[in-house]
Amino acid sequence: MSTSTGSSRRVLEKGPSGWLAAPALVFFLLFAIIPLFGVLFLSFTRWDGLGEIKLDGLSSWTTVLTDPVTGNALWVTAKIMFFSFIVQAPISLLLGVFTSASQKYRAALAVLYFVPLLLSSAAVAIAYKALLDPNFGLGPGLGMPFLAQDWLGNSDLVLFVVVFVIAWQFVPFHTLIYQGGVRQIPASLYEAAQIDGAGRVQQFFSITLPQLKYTIITSSTLMVVGSLAYFDLVFVLTGGGPGYSTRLLPLQMYLTGFKANDMGAASALGVILVVIGLALALILQRLGGKNRNASQLEGA
Amino acid sequence: MVKLTLRSAAIAVTVAAVSLSLAACGSSGPAGSAGNADSATMWGLTGGNQPVLQKSIDAWNKAHPDESVKLDFFANDAYKTKVRTAVGAGQGPTFIYGWGGGVLKSYVDASQVADLSQFIKDNPDVQSRYLPSVLKNGVIDGKTYALPNNNVQPVVLYFNKDVFDKIGAQAPKTWDELMALVPKFKAAGIAPFSLGGQSKWPDLMWLEYLVERIGGPDVFANIAANKPGAWSDPAVKEALTKIQELVDAGGFVNGFSSIAADSNADQALLYTGKAAMILQGGWIYQSMKKDAADFVKNGKLGYTAFPTVSGGKGDPANVVGNPSNFWSISSKATDSQKKAALDYVKSGMFTDADTQALIDSGAVPVTTGIESKLAASPDKDFLSYVYGMAKNAPNFTLSWDQALSPAQGDAMLANLDQIFLKKITPDQFVSTMNATIGK
Repeated sequence: MSTSTGSSRRVLEKGPSGWLAAPALVFFLLFAIIPLFGVLFLSFTRWDGLGEIKLDGLSSWTTVLTDPVTGNALWVTAKIMFFSFIVQAPISLLLGVFTSASQKYRAALAVLYFVPLLLSSAAVAIAYKALLDPNFGLGPGLGMPFLAQDWLGNSDLVLFVVVFVIAWQFVPFHTLIYQGGVRQIPASLYEAAQIDGAGRVQQFFSITLPQLKYTIITSSTLMVVGSLAYFDLVFVLTGGGPGYSTRLLPLQMYLTGFKANDMGAASALGVILVVIGLALALILQRLGGKNRNASQLEGA
Repeated sequence: MVKLTLRSAAIAVTVAAVSLSLAACGSSGPAGSAGNADSATMWGLTGGNQPVLQKSIDAWNKAHPDESVKLDFFANDAYKTKVRTAVGAGQGPTFIYGWGGGVLKSYVDASQVADLSQFIKDNPDVQSRYLPSVLKNGVIDGKTYALPNNNVQPVVLYFNKDVFDKIGAQAPKTWDELMALVPKFKAAGIAPFSLGGQSKWPDLMWLEYLVERIGGPDVFANIAANKPGAWSDPAVKEALTKIQELVDAGGFVNGFSSIAADSNADQALLYTGKAAMILQGGWIYQSMKKDAADFVKNGKLGYTAFPTVSGGKGDPANVVGNPSNFWSISSKATDSQKKAALDYVKSGMFTDADTQALIDSGAVPVTTGIESKLAASPDKDFLSYVYGMAKNAPNFTLSWDQALSPAQGDAMLANLDQIFLKKITPDQFVSTMNATIGK
């Protein structure tokens, strides 16, 4: 860290040159910020995707905000978000801790756990759709009637099936994050705890969990905000059905824009989605607490 | 630093996630326009007619290398979304595949498709090769914007003769007979009707035929004409009530709302004997001929018209379905693309080889003077039945989701799904749909 020349110290104090961020910023501007304003503009127009774009004041917004389907889509999105988090967070935390240890069999298992991560959402959805078919799927195939439920056609069941499939696909990703986090915890902490007579469970709660605080925040942010973006998997798996049972907000946006060809209303839904996503990310960052600058390795 | 990076990373992740979900909607233009940049492009649909179209274009390109057509295929649902986005962005193909109806009208309103009236006038041969009742589906406000390009596709009630023999029953002629069959098949452990409910549009065939049989063609004509309150016609409510009665009686196969018609799982239930009947389009004959060759060849597949409803006003000979698919020519195409396209329409389409290929695949071409060819086909029973059905129908109603505007069509399918699931009542359906009139 200590350099003798004053000039290079100045560089370090200011951080690396801001120009390093330029390429990323350009792409970000082109593909995120500008389209965002485009969508905001479109939400005040009426456009069927083909003809002229006509300014139409707030009519798209009133359509969207008074449509019961929007409220339902928000509710479904909230439910999926909640259940996805409840299911995925503990499983991936425990799996991450488990696979972070150095035994060979754990490494072998870890490789197996990561397989779903290699598959595209569409492939996962098509595979599950075939497996869950009540007439030709896994249940009738294996002759196990309890597996032959109408998994994707029963309005009460389908939400949990979707949560399960999403978890199956994304748990490996979060496991990977936790595995990395756990491996960064200094071994000296555990050695000290052992000397003090702490058992495995107590070590987990007193060392692993607190040390993983920021990993948990990162993973949770990705989980919660990511659940606003579940689209491909649900679109292929259920198409939002049966009825409106799995019509998530992004799906509702897509169907409004590209099936019903109402780009104005779809843009309004897009704006709602962006606002909710930003708000959630900010709230989760706040949860990190005030002294985020404090070292995680205090006392290490 | 930590604070800053974490927060900005989170924001970046958020925005990226959101914009990804938005970006998922935008799609690219035509996939790789290799070869001559100015050659005409054509987007067709995968499925039964794909090899026929491929053959026709291959033959055309071989004979006319200077006016070659570049052909790409897309799956039905994906195509419908993609072509509209592409046309809106000025990246559409020269040949636009369509169904006529409300979608065609939206292209016409946006001046995206060429007026072919003069072309037809100049080429009487083109006009006279089509069945007139089919040709008129490409006409909007007296001008022709689309020409039929394949086969008539009426909706037919198919049944499995084996399972009917097993319980000693006849195909239903009336709605009451149909309802009486339901408990008999259930007692034998066979689902009375297969239904691809997840795809939603197969649900619509039930509503279309019931409204037609109960109230006649005027009911939907009023809806399509956007007359205020047109959905309130008592025939609509009665049809919806009958559908829910059939659902209550267990008429549809277990788990029908998770069966996708796009994967042909609904037909599979019929030919494997798990379901006795299915109400589906004429096109599934083509795929059953391929997927269940023995079943079709051995005459196990029965077909009949949709049953009559007692007291109904509709002529039992009336038909719903798709009169044909159509080619429109993009008005944004270059002159040489347009010329190549029109030349193909004039002399490359419905050649003897094309017509024969369609018939061999188990389809009825929309052309005149094919009776002898149909009679010579191994599928002559089915083909003559469909040809007669289309030719003799006093009224051939276009599938409602195609006839209506896209916004109305989408709302109708979503709400009809709710009817089949018994999540809403017929009255709720009627009032929701009345609110979409004019949209």
